Amino acid sequence: MTATPPQTGSGATAAAPPADHADRARTPLQRIADLRAWLFLAALVLGFEAWSRIDFGGTFILNPFNIQSIAIFAVAPLLLATGQTFVIISGGIDLSMGFIMGLAAVVAAHVIGWATPTIGPGWAVLLGLLVSVGVAGIPGMVNGLLVSRLRVPPFIGTLGMFGVARGVAFLLAGGTTVPVSNPAFSALGNGRLWGVPWIVIVAAAFVLAMHYLLSQTRFGQHNYAIGANEQAARRAGIDIRSHVLRLYILSGLCAGLAGFLYAARFSAGAAQAGEPLLLDSVAAVVIGGASLFGGSGTILGTVAGAFVIAVIQYGLVFINVEPFWQFISVGVVIIVSVLIDQAQRRFSGGRVGE
Amino acid sequence: MSEPLLDIRHLSKSFGPVQALSDLSMTVGAGEVVALAGDNGAGKTTLIKAVSGVYRPSGGEIRLSGRPVAFASPQEARAAGIETIYQDLALADNLTIGANIFLGREPMRRAFGFLPVLDRRRMAEAARATMALLDFHVSRMDAPVSNFSGGQRQAVAIGRAVYWDARILIMDEPTAALGVPEQRKVIGLIHQLKAQGRGVIFISHNLQDIFAVADRIVVLRRGVMAGARRIAETTHDEVVRLMIGG
Repeated sequence: MTATPPQTGSGATAAAPPADHADRARTPLQRIADLRAWLFLAALVLGFEAWSRIDFGGTFILNPFNIQSIAIFAVAPLLLATGQTFVIISGGIDLSMGFIMGLAAVVAAHVIGWATPTIGPGWAVLLGLLVSVGVAGIPGMVNGLLVSRLRVPPFIGTLGMFGVARGVAFLLAGGTTVPVSNPAFSALGNGRLWGVPWIVIVAAAFVLAMHYLLSQTRFGQHNYAIGANEQAARRAGIDIRSHVLRLYILSGLCAGLAGFLYAARFSAGAAQAGEPLLLDSVAAVVIGGASLFGGSGTILGTVAGAFVIAVIQYGLVFINVEPFWQFISVGVVIIVSVLIDQAQRRFSGGRVGE
Repeated sequence: MSEPLLDIRHLSKSFGPVQALSDLSMTVGAGEVVALAGDNGAGKTTLIKAVSGVYRPSGGEIRLSGRPVAFASPQEARAAGIETIYQDLALADNLTIGANIFLGREPMRRAFGFLPVLDRRRMAEAARATMALLDFHVSRMDAPVSNFSGGQRQAVAIGRAVYWDARILIMDEPTAALGVPEQRKVIGLIHQLKAQGRGVIFISHNLQDIFAVADRIVVLRRGVMAGARRIAETTHDEVVRLMIGG
């Protein structure tokens, strides 16, 4: 640079660092921290494996039944967490997902039960999928309108929708579970393709598509930008309101698919199907490395986070520990994840609060 | 002399009974840096917001290369080549330089011949080329902007304007939040923009910076022009007198 002006201040001429090259590469420590959810998962699996070998001489993870059970177990929380990942990256949160899932499960059971005699089992399942996921998009849309148009904080708006969806789901279910009898539906819920449960295949395909949406498209890119600096995104010409609206519809649809698959698995719809899963979904996202302040997170991290929770819950049952330890373990993992995240930010010198 | 790039004629802006800006005229030529000075509330911000499409002027006219323009939104002003670089930079800290330059206008390519995906390589290459144009040589294009220093981030914001071929850059206190070496870097950047034939409006409280980089200075006081001087023909004392009305 040639045109540096003479400065009247003190001798500030010599100390200037070569600012051009001050950009830092990621340190090995940071890279490990990025993978922390997967490391957690590996450590957990090894831990349970060791315990089960010492305690009763059997294998934990090499048993295909266990792998299948964990995968089936993880489907619903993973689907919720996938939608939640998008919302949390944008700087919001969706508390209504659990009951949107229950609503979709009840709707799917009703629609399929009603349509099976008239249009046959196969078409009834398809109709049930479209209607239940479509219905799940409605509370998502209301969430989106509340947050984007009426500037209601996501925590409050989706908390309201939590109550509304819960009430509507219980009303539709008549306060009980809604059984449904359809061979195609229960084949979807319990059948396997080459030994892999269908619902795991459907969930995996969906999650892969969501990974693509978040990491490879403008929608995903704008989602990160909005979460980091909404003002910047707006000035760059991004239509924040329509993005946020689509975002909450998307999380509603994720919950809808989870509800549909739940109904398939149990051949019944229940309003409370997703009730315990909401916090698990948030936990999976946080364990997966997203920041609740928005701007960071990945679907692959969330997948690891969801499996960390599933492995803890299933593994503790498997080694015969009292089930209440599940809550404690998942809670500890969440706290440790957040601590690691904060330590990482401090070490990397990221300008978090600027 | 040829047509000025930006020609502001008798511009006024009132908010209800408050006259924030009245009858202000100034020009910015190609390759010219015009500093805008004045105390808080003097009308600097109102002026740049009127020029950049945030406010609609209540009177007067803005001409761009001789043609009258009226912007309904900042997007329209940007499309016409007027880019404003705000104090708070308007960068998404978690994205790369390339992603910030292309934010809202990301290039896509087709993976496997059908699947549309973000063209990250193109963004990175454009970012590298643009930053080199500003004499900032960045080695890692995949690092988020948060890894960079204040001056570098300022350069990214300027780089975005340069990439989209802004002819007029309005910079609101670009050196305010920076340390001394970084301030010099930004001053150097403004010299680069000038050499590229762009027009720059430079708002600053720092007379050092103004005298280091500007060709002319326009001083506002309570919404009216308090004086316009060529930098070569004025002094710090005179500018301060204009600002405080002594």
